[in-house]
Amino acid sequence: MSGTLTSLTDAVVPLAAEAEVTGLGWLKDTAAFALADGSVLLAKPDGASHRSAAHPEGAILVAACDGKRLLTGGDDGRIAATGPDGATATVAEAKGGAWIDALALHASGAFAYAAGRTVTARDDKGRSKTFEAPSTARGLAFAAKGYRLAVAHYGGATLWYPNLDAKPEMLDWKGSHLDVTWSPDGRFVVTSMQENSLHGWRLAPDRGHMRMSGYAAKPRSTSWSFGGAWLATSGADAAVIWPFDSKEGPTGKPPRECGLRHSRVTRVAFHPSVNVLAIGYEDGCVLLVRFEDGAELLVRRATPGADVTALAWNGRGGQLAFGCRDGSAGLLTLSA
Amino acid sequence: MSDKIPVTVLTGYLGAGKTTLLNRILTEQHGRRYAVIVNEFGEIGIDNDLVVGADEEVFEMNNGCICCTVRGDLIRIIEGLMKRRGKFDAIIVETTGLADPAPVAQTFFVDQDVGERARLDAVVTVADAKWLMARLKDAPEAKNQIAFADVVLLNKVDLVSAAELDEVESRIRSINPQATIHRTTNCNIPIAEVLDRKAFDLDRIMEVEPDFLEAGHHHHHDDEMVSFSFRAGEVDPDKFMPWISDLTQREGPNILRCKGIVAFPQEPKRFVFQGVHMILDGDLQREWRPDEKRESRVVFIGRGLDRQAYEEGFRACAA
Repeated sequence: MSGTLTSLTDAVVPLAAEAEVTGLGWLKDTAAFALADGSVLLAKPDGASHRSAAHPEGAILVAACDGKRLLTGGDDGRIAATGPDGATATVAEAKGGAWIDALALHASGAFAYAAGRTVTARDDKGRSKTFEAPSTARGLAFAAKGYRLAVAHYGGATLWYPNLDAKPEMLDWKGSHLDVTWSPDGRFVVTSMQENSLHGWRLAPDRGHMRMSGYAAKPRSTSWSFGGAWLATSGADAAVIWPFDSKEGPTGKPPRECGLRHSRVTRVAFHPSVNVLAIGYEDGCVLLVRFEDGAELLVRRATPGADVTALAWNGRGGQLAFGCRDGSAGLLTLSA
Repeated sequence: MSDKIPVTVLTGYLGAGKTTLLNRILTEQHGRRYAVIVNEFGEIGIDNDLVVGADEEVFEMNNGCICCTVRGDLIRIIEGLMKRRGKFDAIIVETTGLADPAPVAQTFFVDQDVGERARLDAVVTVADAKWLMARLKDAPEAKNQIAFADVVLLNKVDLVSAAELDEVESRIRSINPQATIHRTTNCNIPIAEVLDRKAFDLDRIMEVEPDFLEAGHHHHHDDEMVSFSFRAGEVDPDKFMPWISDLTQREGPNILRCKGIVAFPQEPKRFVFQGVHMILDGDLQREWRPDEKRESRVVFIGRGLDRQAYEEGFRACAA
């Protein structure tokens, strides 16, 4: 780490979200922060903001965004869709008001949510299908191509085609699987695990396992580089980035590390079109790291108590938003 | 430490009166707000958005530790409840009548995220004065719940004679001499006697157990559940640490709980530890007071433990 870290802090507009930021997405040029007090804060890059009461009776536990709307799932058992103008509507409700534990959005406008063991997928025509996971479904992710959902649970992950009669395919691996992500080319499925590790499955050609361990904490945040060649992960004192550019995946290859500091990485987000990684830390610091040479840019200084809990680039990559446990947040605008 | 949310684990065999106690905690005016994690929705007749249903999903940890199990659903629910922190002061976890308390307790030691935000306060077991003797004979879970308890509510005392009551209380003592026992009817007891006991607080681990401090050796046992405690002077950390760690690794499946305060030579602070099966948690806590006798005290509760071997092992650690 150099003492002459170039700073972008002057280009950050601070925001008071006033409650823990539990999710974040961009609706074109509006950042949408999902908050633990049940509201969604919508903010423009100049800092102009307004609030939407998406979950008046609850806390937002999970959020997913497709650029057009922010879907939020709460402990009120509801899923709400909020647009950039703040208009919000309930799009689904879990039976008995059960907590919404996971959410995923599909490019077609379809979405899926999990409440307990029950996973519901609703396609773009409004047809709902359900799948009972063998235990609580903790993570959901759609494949980029086709209408296929990965569900993380105890004992592995299940791949499910909601609109086909085919039997869901179980990918076994002992232990409790939390979040799940699908590589952009659809060849790899990766889960985060209770045991401070990641587990991956190669779907082609051989259904091989990939074990990625050595973390100090659970790697709950993952982000694919724009071409899908790299998977950045949280859970250590640096962002740990695994190579997925060959058909074997990271098996037998060491990961790269970026942004080593004396604090744990809590969130990672790859830029949508260049190899620059945004990293958020437990001590509230946010850095940008150019992947090729490790050059670092400071976005936000360490701010104790403000653990970074959400991080997202807008679609074109001109802006970065971050949100924190203490309700602080900010928007960075990169000069052209 | 102080801003961690205290968690009380409420156990008890079917019909002992757990729901009665929960309803009292939720309806009485005591100035504290509780989030309650229940295993069966609907039993509690109270509409409260801080009552959460759980699934009792017991997961094995993939860490080579055969008895290391955690409650996966509890990890998820506590993570979710923390989004509403500030809305409640403490959490109560109700377990089903047939549950083993160990996975719940271990969750607080094994899961880092839970351990950073919440602390296990005490295991409270509600026991039915009339039926406990019979359950101890035919239900291993009932015996486990008594052995694990920091506080036992011996409930429904109005349904038995004074002699029967003494008998059942001495039976509880034979399984778990360290627990605080309260005799109740309809779980009628000041809430403060049950909640916020700090029984798992390392610094208070022995203070809340006056019996232990005052008495010498204990050796209570029933047919299989054994409990004993030993005292010695200062012990050598280079002998004690490997001994306790190896012991819990080898015998962990049979050790339900262990705890102790240990004096190391030239160490101004007390080393305090506790364990659940193979999981051990220990730290140097406050300094020994000038008027305090620098002695080491350990206690074990478990199934079929060889008292002599434990005692010899502990004595061999003497400094």
